[in-house]
Amino acid sequence: MLAFLLRRLASLIVTVWLASIVVFAVLQLVPGDPALLMLGVNAQPDTLAVLRSQMGLDQPILTRYLQWAAGLARGDLGVSLTYARPVAELVAERLAVTLPLALLSLALSTVLALPLGLLAAARRGRGGDWAVLGFAQLGVSMPSFWIAILLILLFSLTLHWFPAGGFPGWGVGVGPALHALLLPALALAIPEAAILARVTRTAVLDTLAEDHIRTARAKGMGRVAVLLRHALPNALIPVATVLGLQISFLVAGAVVVENVFTLPGLGRLLYQAIGQRDLIVVQGVVVLLALFVVLVNALVDIACALADPRPKGGAS
Amino acid sequence: MSTAKPRFTLAAAAAVALVATSLTATAQPRTDLVVGMALEPPHLDPTAGAAGAIKEVTYANLFEPLLRVDADGKLVPGLAERWSVSEDGLTYRFTLRPNAKFHDGTSADSADVKFTLDRARAADSVNAQKAYFAPIAQVETPDPRTAVVTLSRPDGLFLFHMASGDAAIVAPESAATNKQKPVGTGPFKFDRWVAGDRVVLVRNPDYDGAKPKLDRVTFRFISDPAAQVAALKAGDIDAFTLFSTYEALPEFRNDPKFTVMVGSTEGETILSTNNARKPFDDVRVRRAMAHAIDRKTLIDGVLYGNGVAIGSHFPPHREGYVDLTGLYPYDPAKAKALLAEAGYPNGFDTTLRLPPPPYARRGGELVAAMLAEVGIRAKIEPVEWAAWLEKTFKGKDYDLTMIAHTEPLDIDIYARPDYYFNYRSERFNALNEELNRTQDPAKRNALYGEEQKLLAEDAVNGFLFMLPSVTVQKAGLTGMWVNRPVQANDVTGVSWK
Repeated sequence: MLAFLLRRLASLIVTVWLASIVVFAVLQLVPGDPALLMLGVNAQPDTLAVLRSQMGLDQPILTRYLQWAAGLARGDLGVSLTYARPVAELVAERLAVTLPLALLSLALSTVLALPLGLLAAARRGRGGDWAVLGFAQLGVSMPSFWIAILLILLFSLTLHWFPAGGFPGWGVGVGPALHALLLPALALAIPEAAILARVTRTAVLDTLAEDHIRTARAKGMGRVAVLLRHALPNALIPVATVLGLQISFLVAGAVVVENVFTLPGLGRLLYQAIGQRDLIVVQGVVVLLALFVVLVNALVDIACALADPRPKGGAS
Repeated sequence: MSTAKPRFTLAAAAAVALVATSLTATAQPRTDLVVGMALEPPHLDPTAGAAGAIKEVTYANLFEPLLRVDADGKLVPGLAERWSVSEDGLTYRFTLRPNAKFHDGTSADSADVKFTLDRARAADSVNAQKAYFAPIAQVETPDPRTAVVTLSRPDGLFLFHMASGDAAIVAPESAATNKQKPVGTGPFKFDRWVAGDRVVLVRNPDYDGAKPKLDRVTFRFISDPAAQVAALKAGDIDAFTLFSTYEALPEFRNDPKFTVMVGSTEGETILSTNNARKPFDDVRVRRAMAHAIDRKTLIDGVLYGNGVAIGSHFPPHREGYVDLTGLYPYDPAKAKALLAEAGYPNGFDTTLRLPPPPYARRGGELVAAMLAEVGIRAKIEPVEWAAWLEKTFKGKDYDLTMIAHTEPLDIDIYARPDYYFNYRSERFNALNEELNRTQDPAKRNALYGEEQKLLAEDAVNGFLFMLPSVTVQKAGLTGMWVNRPVQANDVTGVSWK
């Protein structure tokens, strides 16, 4: 087991290191001088040279890569060229929007999906079931940005209950911040909830067919009690598996929804940094995302390995 | 029942109180303002970046130059309450406001002026408009309220340049940190910045000049056109400046809750032409293109009619403007004849590179279609802003491109030998030098007129239209600028009725 963990760790480090080389190399090929972008169309050649040297852009490519990689190894992501602030600080600031957004929509989708799935299973083949299945079909087919636009039309433009976008920052208090995040979270949660409701319905129906349920019913337990005390807990295992799979989709979906609601999340930071040729920020964010994906994969692998007692081959 | 009654009374009392407070609240005019902008500034130091958004937030609100440009484009006192120019145009004497202070409490005196100007012209300066400061020979400070600037050569635009955001007066104590925590002398001071979303300014209680009516101004950054419209309609923002979703304007005009103001910016939108490259080195080809473009159709198609045609590189709202829009009327037959005369009876192939702004992308399609009518087959090449700057502006590797030149009074770019138009004219350079030596406004305007005529005759670029300054705002808001004589959202005179 220890050898397996060490192997996994080594491959993790190598993957992230390779990602850093690829990201750095690709960005060198993209045209656009960040110093020129800052100085604009009246830039004088001497001013441009001074700024380039202040930004360290006059150094050879290899030197710049080594400096950046050495910083990465120490956990230092460098300083943004345009914002003149540490990249880690910028990322942390944006994660404070993207993470709560993803978590909130995860919670919302669960809260929406479980009762709907249960209801559909309990009313199998009847009106309630059809209604839930219809909602699920609709939810799966509509992309979250479209749902976002519909929500803005209804709740912001017509009812004026929520702002149409933007984020006041956590500094003004949890209430206003959550108020700004609720609509985007809902837009993200609806497609997730649709999938989850279907999975819940199927899982509950499967459990309901099992022997111990029949025993419980034979002992005189009521329908609702059977559903809640026996069927639901057993159905939660497949539901949780699907929920786990959805997390990476949530992060990707958050980037799209952030743009519709103009939320200052990680996705928009990356988008802006590319436009401003803030290479240090782009490199840092992309490497962090690579690290996140590799880590999640590794954790899944390790969890599987722990759950499966058979000896580990070299093919993992 | 007995418990329900007091609760009900309590609720009723609370409701009455709520209604009462909301009534008194509506009786008093609001003192806060939320302004929407398309782009977020990368930082907040106007002396260290060219991005227009920096000045749109900071100019006149947070930072003050020695002089300011007002809503009509006139020079008015800024940090200096008065100034004088010597006969030979070489010595400028500025007298500062006696009680001016920076937001951190330190006094704003002539030493800060000297520090600012010396910093901007130093060898290691990264001021985006360093050329504005190049004529300065020295800055003297005979007393704390007086700064004397001596130039090494006359510069007719010196005062105008000293009124730009790039010449905002900064203090040695805070200059290094102004990007994140701007400290100026203006009527508003920095409160907070939610990166990616908004910058909040609050009234500076210690301001020594005319106090603004607003006590809080929030600048919100919304780049998506649909989100801009939604934010306005939802009431999230009170005004959106440089609004460019022109197709949405009729809706706002028909809604009594909004006011739409259309003014002018300093942005001459041109079909920039590489004058050094064949076949554009032939003036007949350039004139043919001028005849091939129907500016009326272009303005209708790109700006939904909200714009003014130009015939040279000068805004119609400025003194000294000469109307040259009739020089090359839309005439495809004439264009074809000129092309044939230049040796291109069957036209030619070329490329038209387009940066991201909608006026360029949308306008470029129309221009290409118009050029195709006379046989000039322009391949459209959309590029990002960074790539545009690198290849077109710095590399001068292009045939045609479309861009708005937004720097105020920037006709002198045609005198720069290494500018990306690759235009060379001894006569224009001579006119520009004479302009620099001239202080008298009437003479200056006459010279501006001659410059405009020369550029139009040479058809250096395709002169298309002025980029409009469109502001959509809530009814009841007064004091927002209609025109944009400088890149600024000066809210110091804004209030609610």
